[in-house]
Amino acid sequence: MSQNRLASHTGAVIDFTFNGKSYQGIAGDTLASALLANGVDVVGRSFKYSRPRGIFGHGAEEPNAIIQLGSGASTVPNLKATQVELYQGLEASSVNGWPSVNFDVMAIVGAFGRLMPPGFYYKTFMYPKKLWMTYEHFIRKAAGLGTAPVEADPDTYDKLNQHCDVLVVGAGPAGLVAAREAARTGARVIIADEQSEFGGSLLASQQTMDGVMAPRWVASLVAELVAYKNVQLLPRSTVFGYYDHNFLTILERRTDHLGLSSAQGTRQRLHRVRAVQVVLATGAFERPLVFAHNDIPGVMLASSVSTYINRYGVAPGKKLLLFTTNDSAYQTALDWQQTGRQIIAVVDTRSNPSGDIVAAVKLRGIEVIGGHGLIEAQGNKRVKRALIAPINASGTQVTGPVRRLNCDLIACSGGWSPAVHLSSHTGAKPVWDESIVGFRPGESKQQERSAGACRGTFDLTGCLAEGASAGAVAASLCGHGDGSVQFPACAVEDYIEQPQQALFLVPHTSATSRAPSQFVDFQLDVSAGGIELAVREGFESVEHVKRYTALGFGTDQGKLGNINGMAILANALDQTIAETGTTIFRPSYTPTTFGAIAGRDVKALFDPERYTAMHRWHVEHGAEFENVGQWKRPWYFPQQGETMNDAVNRECLAVRNSVGMLDASTLGKIDIQGPDAAEFITRIYTNSYLKLAPGKCRYGVMLKEDGMIFDDGVCACLGDNHYLMFTTTGGAAGVLAWLEIWQQTEWPELQVYFTSVTDHWATATVTGPNARRVIAKVCQDIDLSNEAFSFMDWRDGTVAGVKARVFRISFTGELSYEVNVPAHYGRHIWQALIEAGEEFSMTPYGTETMHVLRAEKGFIIVGQDTDGSMTPADMNMDWVVGNKKTFSFIGKRSLQRSDTLRENRKQFVGLKTVDGQAVLPEGAQVVFDAKQKIPMSMQGHVTSSYYSAYLGHSIALAVVKGGLGRMGQVVHCPLADGRIIAAEIVSSVFYDPKGERHHVE
Amino acid sequence: MKKYSGFSLLKNALSYHENWQKVWRSPTPKKHYDVVIVGGGGHGLATAYYLAKIHGITNIAVIEKGYLGGGNTARNTTIIRSNYLWDEASQLYDLSLKLWEGLSQELNYNVMFSQRGVLNLGHNLQDMRDIERRVNANRLNGIDGEVVSPQRIKEIAPLINISSDSRYPILGASWQPRGGTARHDAVAWGYARGADALGVDLIQQTEVTGIRRQGGAVIGVETNHGFIGAAKVACVTAGNSGVVAAMAGLRLPVESRPLQALVSEPVKPCLDTVVMSNAVHGYISQSDKGDLVIGAGVDSYNGYGQRGSFHVVEHTIQAICELFPSFSRVRMNRQWGGIVDTCPDACPIISKTSIKGLYFNCGWGTGGFKATPGSGYVFADTVANDHPHPLAAAFSLDRFNTGALIDEHGAAGVAH
Amino acid sequence: MLLIHCPHCQENRDEEEFSYGGEAHIVRPLEPEALNDQAWADYLFFRTNSRGIHHEMWYHAMGCRRYFNATRNTLTYEILETYKTGTQPTIVGASA
Repeated sequence: MSQNRLASHTGAVIDFTFNGKSYQGIAGDTLASALLANGVDVVGRSFKYSRPRGIFGHGAEEPNAIIQLGSGASTVPNLKATQVELYQGLEASSVNGWPSVNFDVMAIVGAFGRLMPPGFYYKTFMYPKKLWMTYEHFIRKAAGLGTAPVEADPDTYDKLNQHCDVLVVGAGPAGLVAAREAARTGARVIIADEQSEFGGSLLASQQTMDGVMAPRWVASLVAELVAYKNVQLLPRSTVFGYYDHNFLTILERRTDHLGLSSAQGTRQRLHRVRAVQVVLATGAFERPLVFAHNDIPGVMLASSVSTYINRYGVAPGKKLLLFTTNDSAYQTALDWQQTGRQIIAVVDTRSNPSGDIVAAVKLRGIEVIGGHGLIEAQGNKRVKRALIAPINASGTQVTGPVRRLNCDLIACSGGWSPAVHLSSHTGAKPVWDESIVGFRPGESKQQERSAGACRGTFDLTGCLAEGASAGAVAASLCGHGDGSVQFPACAVEDYIEQPQQALFLVPHTSATSRAPSQFVDFQLDVSAGGIELAVREGFESVEHVKRYTALGFGTDQGKLGNINGMAILANALDQTIAETGTTIFRPSYTPTTFGAIAGRDVKALFDPERYTAMHRWHVEHGAEFENVGQWKRPWYFPQQGETMNDAVNRECLAVRNSVGMLDASTLGKIDIQGPDAAEFITRIYTNSYLKLAPGKCRYGVMLKEDGMIFDDGVCACLGDNHYLMFTTTGGAAGVLAWLEIWQQTEWPELQVYFTSVTDHWATATVTGPNARRVIAKVCQDIDLSNEAFSFMDWRDGTVAGVKARVFRISFTGELSYEVNVPAHYGRHIWQALIEAGEEFSMTPYGTETMHVLRAEKGFIIVGQDTDGSMTPADMNMDWVVGNKKTFSFIGKRSLQRSDTLRENRKQFVGLKTVDGQAVLPEGAQVVFDAKQKIPMSMQGHVTSSYYSAYLGHSIALAVVKGGLGRMGQVVHCPLADGRIIAAEIVSSVFYDPKGERHHVE
Repeated sequence: MKKYSGFSLLKNALSYHENWQKVWRSPTPKKHYDVVIVGGGGHGLATAYYLAKIHGITNIAVIEKGYLGGGNTARNTTIIRSNYLWDEASQLYDLSLKLWEGLSQELNYNVMFSQRGVLNLGHNLQDMRDIERRVNANRLNGIDGEVVSPQRIKEIAPLINISSDSRYPILGASWQPRGGTARHDAVAWGYARGADALGVDLIQQTEVTGIRRQGGAVIGVETNHGFIGAAKVACVTAGNSGVVAAMAGLRLPVESRPLQALVSEPVKPCLDTVVMSNAVHGYISQSDKGDLVIGAGVDSYNGYGQRGSFHVVEHTIQAICELFPSFSRVRMNRQWGGIVDTCPDACPIISKTSIKGLYFNCGWGTGGFKATPGSGYVFADTVANDHPHPLAAAFSLDRFNTGALIDEHGAAGVAH
Repeated sequence: MLLIHCPHCQENRDEEEFSYGGEAHIVRPLEPEALNDQAWADYLFFRTNSRGIHHEMWYHAMGCRRYFNATRNTLTYEILETYKTGTQPTIVGASA
């Protein structure tokens, strides 16, 4: 069974595999604790040098034990074994090492590590130039950690928007009491912790609190919190980002501890929390000591060794050597001794360690070697021995002979670094504090306070006091309680600690440049020598050094390495750490699943789909759909065996020869009312609406203030001071916002009100020479004669029994009636019109036919024939500009600028291909001389192009420089496939230039 | 300047890397320079390099308030392409692309320019018309590009979802094989090292606080370390252009906005090209280290905070999961923001000003990194000759008065 | 993500309900035709782009659909006040 499992620790057995081999763990294990229990030393290979690596920490700080969980669609790359809860059947593997982590051929490359100092790739692989892509191929192959899945994610994720008074981040001692104090006041509290259980460091603590063991004290406090209705407890929930205005994001892992994929419900949930106040109680990370070959498996953090013993019942070795600069790590010696395993000695860099706990350790017969440094670990895939030597008081030099001590486990501690990450997300710059040898959180603009170890308070009594106070004060700032602490202080016995030594690089007998690698950032193989080299090369800013060496860019985000790295840098620059500064931590605190950040807004819910009231009919009749903005619009209605061209030709001919029908419901519709409505609309459109009478419609164009066309449509006068504005399908929302900004911010004195009614109406456009006959069959109360109801009129009436507004406007050039009914009657009216039209072979048509028909008439589509750089004059639409209007309408002044007045601007024209059967591609560029060399002088481009079945030849619309003055000129479109299509510049109106067709009787 | 090569690496390895030359000097500023360049980002350093290299002006200082290349050069997503719509923009960006193609050798510094190609996806019919138009224009301008089918896209980026039942199916794309990515920091460092070797003084941790003028002409800059005289002052301070312009009493048509980006944890190679989408708003590539490098649009509000709003990140990742459904299980490692100076027409300003001897190069919006070499090249020429380089002429400040804007909004598509 | 107080709704709501409307207090010239090209361009394109105190418009697009103004620090993103269109800010800073 598991060689390192302590007999006292029992529980349900869990089977799992690692790198294909079967092992057993115990319920409550992490993958890391289970691997350590089974004596698995090598769990990964390092990024650059392929050095064997073992488990180093026990939580979010773990740099080495990066694993791939599972396989197939549900595999997850890059998890830290220290954060993976063991479940039955778990399968994990190392992310690097081939053929295996224990025997990795890439280690051969690592043996030439000296050839790969920081930045080596900037200095090589440049010659010959053409080989770089080959070099890069191999560089890329060697990089990366785990493997991304190749199949779609089978899991779902969701989001919860939450509001609370006090969000407590971290459920260690400070966080727990903060939550309790806040809860008591009645404040709404959320407390979140990344671990499976609340308690933080107390879960592995041997201290007594109020007379009970710490884990029991935690359990009773958690029970108290659960009883509060105003408290939400979120275990397995990492607060990964702290954003402006107290917005924080929490990733809750709901099912990851049960299996690879969620059988039921969502796998993970993103909580989007807006907190009035935040208490950060995020704890601290123990700092590793930087000595030669400190990366050999078997070197661990002292607190991690204690955690594995006390919480998981695992002693991760046989013979411990403890190496420290401070008192706190001595607890590990005491914890280890209880396992009954051998402890070689405690090596302390301080010349005369003398704290309470030091005395307690000595009392138990453990040798304490003061004034020494552990200068080098030796061993290959597991520590075999350590070299120790006396060092000077400042910790810069080895001062005496080197001794060898055999051991298989080195627990090290260089002190503690407050977890200032979340505080740092707010933009607060951490402040160096020599007294704690660490950075404290800086002052931020957010409503937050830090408490406990993350604020540099490392003793339990202090953590509890700060936490309680922070909770009470935070609640009071939300209007709950008076800010005073209510619960009695917990009775705790803390050792009185002696000052630690600030030591960031343990000296070696050789200079740093020549000593075996002393690793600072394990994951990215950044060594002390590498940092010094960067400085030697002239990189002085901490950001330059980070970027040059990659320090802190790993998936652990430098939780262990950054402080040591910056201190080594400061030393190399002969500066203080405060002068050198730190870098700002960014979200994510720990890596966060993309799927959870995306939430439900993927696949069908990526963006809402908008359907018209007639949508079902279109589906039932085989329509192909086009996405227009969020709308699904029928594109064409193919019949059995028809190609798109066949269908469109048939639909076009039906309209020209008899009658067709289009679902035009998606056009934007804005109801405009108020005594100043006409004045307002006249300021917005280029033409005037002051004299538009009820019952009449007018086509208008609107410009941005820069003079460029941005929307168009018909506007109808519905009655006194009442208008209906039609917009393009895609432009509806933008036009409404446009109207509102002008009315509200510029002309508030104008009394006018806007209501979007796009969704309130369904519109069926009946068009073609037989349109009147069709309408007449279902509408008796409107006189449809040309005289009574002429072009650009609209009428109220009843169509197929439904109250309707019928507009006689036309986008096809044919006699057209746009029948608008309340949206719920959309399908009814559509069906009724189809039936009424049966005898005329009524043909439903889609957007493609609509485009062809309007192009035959030379009608523009804003956004297709225009691109934000075209004026009305450019579009040959001077007729729509009311230059005599008294008010300088929006965009008018810009039409008078020198560039908009310039000759030779691109102008809207028709193109008729010399070979009438050749259809120009939309987007083809127009040149005058096809024989010129590249770069060619381009004169314009094709904006719309179709085959016109009715005309029997292709038609195209284009914008061409000076085009209106070039009628009859032949231009050329050179295409990517080598063809050059010649076309003649013609009028943009191909069909019925006199506009007689919509007046048919 | 000692040349870098595999041989020099070997030689230095034998001496434990103890004898590497400093990559640049840390000079004390002189009293007077022919040209002071304000801003030591990629563009400023490239400007200095080309002024010295091509125009023989070596009495130059680059003054940087922080560290070299620490602004947007250090914060972008490193995409390089030249397939812009309008002649003016595409010619400028293609000059840049041509310079990228020889940059590692020119600077003797491997900027890791990787021509892995760029796909700009189309998701609706108008996207496809715009793509056709842009590709046709590019080809006739001598810039590589083709319109590719969904099947071809799938060959280039096998993990992409081309299924026709996705919300906005991929209908096609433009493909520019010469596009790609580069190592952003290396570009700044390479130009800095090159400029330094030609005699340019690189002055870090020095903030310009004023622009001193006399009779309508500049005579130097005030800094927090004292006055530095200069016959010409060239400002290249992305993210701060308006503030620097105000020092000279000028206003610029730029607004500064946050632009966010993020990276995943490193994973084994799974995306060998750059994929950009406008309609499904996001873009993605994979760095040589294995990170998926992801970005999207600019935040809506003005901001100098190098931070943006989280919902922008959410929308970006939704887009990426939509395009690459298998990346849903990959994890975000780090996110950050830069400050981009945006112009009304999404094109830069490379211009003389109303003040003699004062020049501005700004307003690159989201497209600055790819332009670094070309921007420096034409700006150096403009400064040296006190006359716009032919490719810079269209980007003068005057265009906002005449209306001759070069509107790349719709055409450039997604932020880049 | 900003938390914005809508002075019409009298509520703090998430930024996602709003859209940004650009710099506030830019008045459209009453007689555009009287301006030369430069003065017109100034109105069209040139903004203070303040680093620090900035007065800007926001539109409560998914709420009351009304515009209002905010005084916001563009460095810290703190919103110091919001006020209705047509009124003046109480907090002003040195611009630029």
